[in-house]
Amino acid sequence: MYDGGKIIIGLIIFLALLTFPFYYNIGKVNAKPEPKIDTPEIQKLPVGERKCVESKEFMRGGHMQLLNEWRDSVVRDDKRIYVNSQGKKHNMSLQNECIRCHSNKKDFCDKCHNYMAVKPYCWTCHIEPKEKKS
Amino acid sequence: MLETALTGSRRYWTWIIFLLALMGIGFLAYLKQFSYGLGITGLSRDVSWGLYIGQFTFLVGVAASGVMLVLPYYLHNFKQFGKITILGEFLVISAVIMCVLFIMADMGQPMRVVNIFLHPSLNSILFWDTIVLNGYLLLNVLVGWTILGSERKGIAPPKWVKPFIYLSIAWAPSIHTVTAFIYAGLPGRHYWLSAIMAARFLASAFAGGPALLIILALIIRKFTKFDPGKEAIQTLGKIVTYFMLTNVFFFGLEFFTALYSGIPGHSHPFKYLFVGLEGHGRLVPLMWASVLMALGSLLILIFPKARKNESILAFACVMVFLSLWIDKGFGLIIGGFVPNMFERVFEYWPTIPETLITIAIWATGFFVLTILYKIAISIREETAGIEIEH
Amino acid sequence: MSINRREFLKIAGISTIAGIGSVGLFDRLRKNALEASDYSPNLDALTAKRWAMVVDMSKFTTPEDYQKCINACHRTHNVPNFGNPKDEIKWIWTDTYEHTFPGQEHEYMPEDIKHRNFMLLCNHCQNPACVRVCPTKATFKRKDGIVMQDMHRCIGCRFCMAACPFGARSFNYRNPREFIKEEDINKEYPTRMIGVVEKCTFCTERLAVGKMPACVEEAPKGGLVFGDLDEPNSEVRKILSTTYTIRRKPDLGTEPSVFYVVGSSEFSIVPEIQ
Repeated sequence: MYDGGKIIIGLIIFLALLTFPFYYNIGKVNAKPEPKIDTPEIQKLPVGERKCVESKEFMRGGHMQLLNEWRDSVVRDDKRIYVNSQGKKHNMSLQNECIRCHSNKKDFCDKCHNYMAVKPYCWTCHIEPKEKKS
Repeated sequence: MLETALTGSRRYWTWIIFLLALMGIGFLAYLKQFSYGLGITGLSRDVSWGLYIGQFTFLVGVAASGVMLVLPYYLHNFKQFGKITILGEFLVISAVIMCVLFIMADMGQPMRVVNIFLHPSLNSILFWDTIVLNGYLLLNVLVGWTILGSERKGIAPPKWVKPFIYLSIAWAPSIHTVTAFIYAGLPGRHYWLSAIMAARFLASAFAGGPALLIILALIIRKFTKFDPGKEAIQTLGKIVTYFMLTNVFFFGLEFFTALYSGIPGHSHPFKYLFVGLEGHGRLVPLMWASVLMALGSLLILIFPKARKNESILAFACVMVFLSLWIDKGFGLIIGGFVPNMFERVFEYWPTIPETLITIAIWATGFFVLTILYKIAISIREETAGIEIEH
Repeated sequence: MSINRREFLKIAGISTIAGIGSVGLFDRLRKNALEASDYSPNLDALTAKRWAMVVDMSKFTTPEDYQKCINACHRTHNVPNFGNPKDEIKWIWTDTYEHTFPGQEHEYMPEDIKHRNFMLLCNHCQNPACVRVCPTKATFKRKDGIVMQDMHRCIGCRFCMAACPFGARSFNYRNPREFIKEEDINKEYPTRMIGVVEKCTFCTERLAVGKMPACVEEAPKGGLVFGDLDEPNSEVRKILSTTYTIRRKPDLGTEPSVFYVVGSSEFSIVPEIQ
């Protein structure tokens, strides 16, 4: 191998830079995000009816697919009413349905999205719920 | 082969740094456009395409014109084009890259451009244009690179490359035809709704592209040890002459139909472009400059004696290029939008950021072209004197 | 067995591409795994085979009549006001006869018609040029004839704006949010983002809950009539079969679904033929 030494040193520097974020964050407090579901709107509901469109587990992992499907369904097929696995009907609307309960975008949506460093652009068009500045 | 682009004279590096600087300035302007929106340009509700799409259209023509070298060389075994063909193929590559960049610059939501492939719409000409342009780019990269590679080794190009060459010859007119169809099939855009649009596009392309190539070849001969060949340049000059004549003739046909028929919708864009309409005439001086340069260049080109003198030929080619650039890169697009769908005149003029982005994309094209020509010329200088049978 | 560097790079490159490719493929396959529930038909919705509108200009008498329709639409749909014609976005607007029906005007026509303003909006053509040219199916025709715009999918190429012969489409040249007054925002309807095209949708979101389009509700009685063109007993059909109506640029073959009653009340009374 020509210039073997240089190549190996280069590779080491490259690997060091690549893995920098990992050891930079070692030992730092890295709390799991806990999205809040204690909005006044939810509190008002009787305990038995405090249920989302689908199960908590499903929503946690699949809300983005669900929302994607909803938007195509509403905009393209004009199907606007969703019947969930419990047989309950929901208006397929992020802005008019989801937010009715989850009126706390900052403590609900943003918490996880920031933690995961994802930036969905729902709110550039859809109007976010009014919240007290925190 | 890329390594040959990494060594060069002081002049080479100055030129490269100059281009990089232009690209950098344009990139900053683009960042601004990306966050502010296309409102940063002169575009409006009424004139919704402008400089970017005009440059795109013009450069598709430059790209298609590569076939004017490839066809005589490979189909008619026209030996004089042996040295210059690679320059044509590499010009194609840089032109197509500029086309793609201009389209991206014009997109309102460039991040979503893959939607064209995720939700292909077979009835959209823009979908087909994406396919033919990218296909043409791949073909030319493949053919150009392979042939140059073999040349460097002093061997004949591999046999498998031949079918791709023939395919690229057939492909070239298709890219410009499809691009013409973007315009020629729209109801209500009188300036564009013309059956000879594709023919006009090809004629102007086959005049403008070779004109640019003549200028490039003369520059290369001046600054490097590589000579593309006097004969080749003269033949290109003939090609420019005939296609420029055809182009002017075609444009005359459009003029006749629109003005003699007297149909208001058809004549209004011509009036706007050449005499002004309802007191608006921003493009009038430019369009007349285009006409005068077209006629001026023809007055030189049709005389073989004048054409033989390379300085005069170069001058005529610059006029051809500028004339077509104004006509196709600007007038053609604006004429489709003014007057608007309500027969009202709302004018367009590019803004400074828009111009900087446009210059940057041209600089990118020239950057790619410089690198590719540097490689080709370095290899030609290495293998000077060796004749290879294709 | 030994390989040289060139071959090694080739193999490494190909396996990288294959790796990335298969990840993408798995992603696509997994998409279908969503435990989809069901959709329920919407019984409240107003439906039609082909929605159409008759604009009866004789019913519009004051400037406020027009303005009320425009305001209702633009407020309902959060249409921004940039205050300049370059960036302008409009779903419904007005223009004079000469510019609404180019080529139809002549010098000696009734002054009243010549200077009157006509209501303009998307024609929801049966054979829409905008849909034909869209490279991503972001604009498409629904089963009920409405030409719809999917702002989630639009890439902002503006081919549809070049294709529409009626100038019905607007592009978001700037961020529209900054140009809608806070107090004017309709919280039930989204705004748009920069770089997408928008236009009138015949109020699909209102039809879905059993309401007439916003402009129709605000127009003077009988000024904007909305109904099913395929239904012989519908109000629009009744008007079309008894009154002379015209459409914009019918010669282009796009088959607009918006019809105009031009005659003013003054001129619509035909003198008896002797």
